[in-house]
Amino acid sequence: MIEIRNVYKSFGSTEVLKDVSLTVQPSRTTVVIGPSGSGKSTLLRCCNCLETADRGEIRINHRTIIADGKPLPDKELNALRAETGMVFQSFNLFPHMTTVENVMRAPVVVRGMAKAEARELAMGLLRKVGLDDKADMYPSTLSGGQKQRAAIARALAMKPKVMLFDEPTSALDPELVGEVLQVMKTLAEEGMTMMVVTHEMGFAREVADTVVVMADGRIVESGSPEQIFTNPTQERTRGFLRALVDGHLAGARPQPAADDPLDALPGNH
Amino acid sequence: MTLDFAPVWGGLPELLKGTVVTIEVTAAAFLLSAVLGLLVGIIRLNPARRVLYGIASAYVAFIRGTPLLVQLFLLFFGLPQFGILLPAWLCGVIGLGIYSGSYVSEVVRGAIQSIDRGQMEAARSLGMSYREAMWEVVLPQAFRRMLPPLGNETIALIKNSALVSLLTIDDVMREGQRIISTSFRALEVYIAVALIYFVLTNAATWILRQIEKRMTVERG
Repeated sequence: MIEIRNVYKSFGSTEVLKDVSLTVQPSRTTVVIGPSGSGKSTLLRCCNCLETADRGEIRINHRTIIADGKPLPDKELNALRAETGMVFQSFNLFPHMTTVENVMRAPVVVRGMAKAEARELAMGLLRKVGLDDKADMYPSTLSGGQKQRAAIARALAMKPKVMLFDEPTSALDPELVGEVLQVMKTLAEEGMTMMVVTHEMGFAREVADTVVVMADGRIVESGSPEQIFTNPTQERTRGFLRALVDGHLAGARPQPAADDPLDALPGNH
Repeated sequence: MTLDFAPVWGGLPELLKGTVVTIEVTAAAFLLSAVLGLLVGIIRLNPARRVLYGIASAYVAFIRGTPLLVQLFLLFFGLPQFGILLPAWLCGVIGLGIYSGSYVSEVVRGAIQSIDRGQMEAARSLGMSYREAMWEVVLPQAFRRMLPPLGNETIALIKNSALVSLLTIDDVMREGQRIISTSFRALEVYIAVALIYFVLTNAATWILRQIEKRMTVERG
């Protein structure tokens, strides 16, 4: 579904992606983890050309969207983006529209859908994410978790073939993370192709078909969640997971260290 | 010294006629400056389109960097040398509109740039073109932020319009001067003219404030 081949990307003199290759299988959930600054968000943003990959090739649904720094012409790129849903860390809902308008606007503008039909579609999606009672509220009145669920509904309104999630729960209060992950989990179960950049290891363990570990602009390791979390082969992966656990423990009350620090990773959320 | 407002009362019909002309010229110039300002402001967002960006930037630099009076005279006395003879009122409207447009373009550019980048990205990620995203998502939000500085600009435009009296346009300023030329009551007449501008500028401010309020309420 998404094929990333030998992609390089620099911001000025900083190389953020170095020869990254990755395939996301259709109807599968691929979770990308790694320390901040490892290039995982940039990689995700390259997949709908919000960032332009300098070298290499990215194909979505067997179509080349960018090759060697040359993206598709604007019109085709717009059509492709319409089929590639994206969910942002900071929600990016449109504050001047109500929740339902947020969801129905793109089908009306991009696909020329009739307003009544678009509203019906939007209401259905809001029901699906549990927000039909907030349809006529402005985003500023919603909680973080509600905003992110609305943003997911907005992306789904274009009937995307792929969904890209860029740290969708990182800006949320801890007690609101679960409701968003639940919606994502449902999507995954319905067979949506998803590429998720996240720090939620519980979600990765439970929902991911493939976990990809990135560090310093490279893919360090990838495999099934069991393999990555219980038997990582690379020292970078171990180091990253250990740092996560230490951070987790530092915030909790003092307790004896587990024999294997990785045992302390949440298996479930 | 005594004040004698009799010439003002006597000349009131002329002053009001002039006021209407001032409002017409200002309103037309405002529309021109809004269209021009929006275009130039958007063009100046993207230096990558070199030719357009260069032209727009030269326009802003030249217009903001030279006196309005000189620009008006260039249109009114300069253009006829090329055989281009525009009616006085058109020179006034174009001159004021072009002048004000250069400032409005900076207001527009600043407001658009103040909108979070994520808004454009979200709109583009849904498949909207740059133009659609600008029109549907960015500009409606930017518009609200343009209103306060646009109020300033409108006030300046109304006051600057007094200069078109020098192009033989019979605005309130010129009507006032005409009354002075027969009554020699400069102080009283200029006080009256000043009061009329005062009312006009504050009416414009009030209208913009109402629009601003309404847009704030709408969003709950």
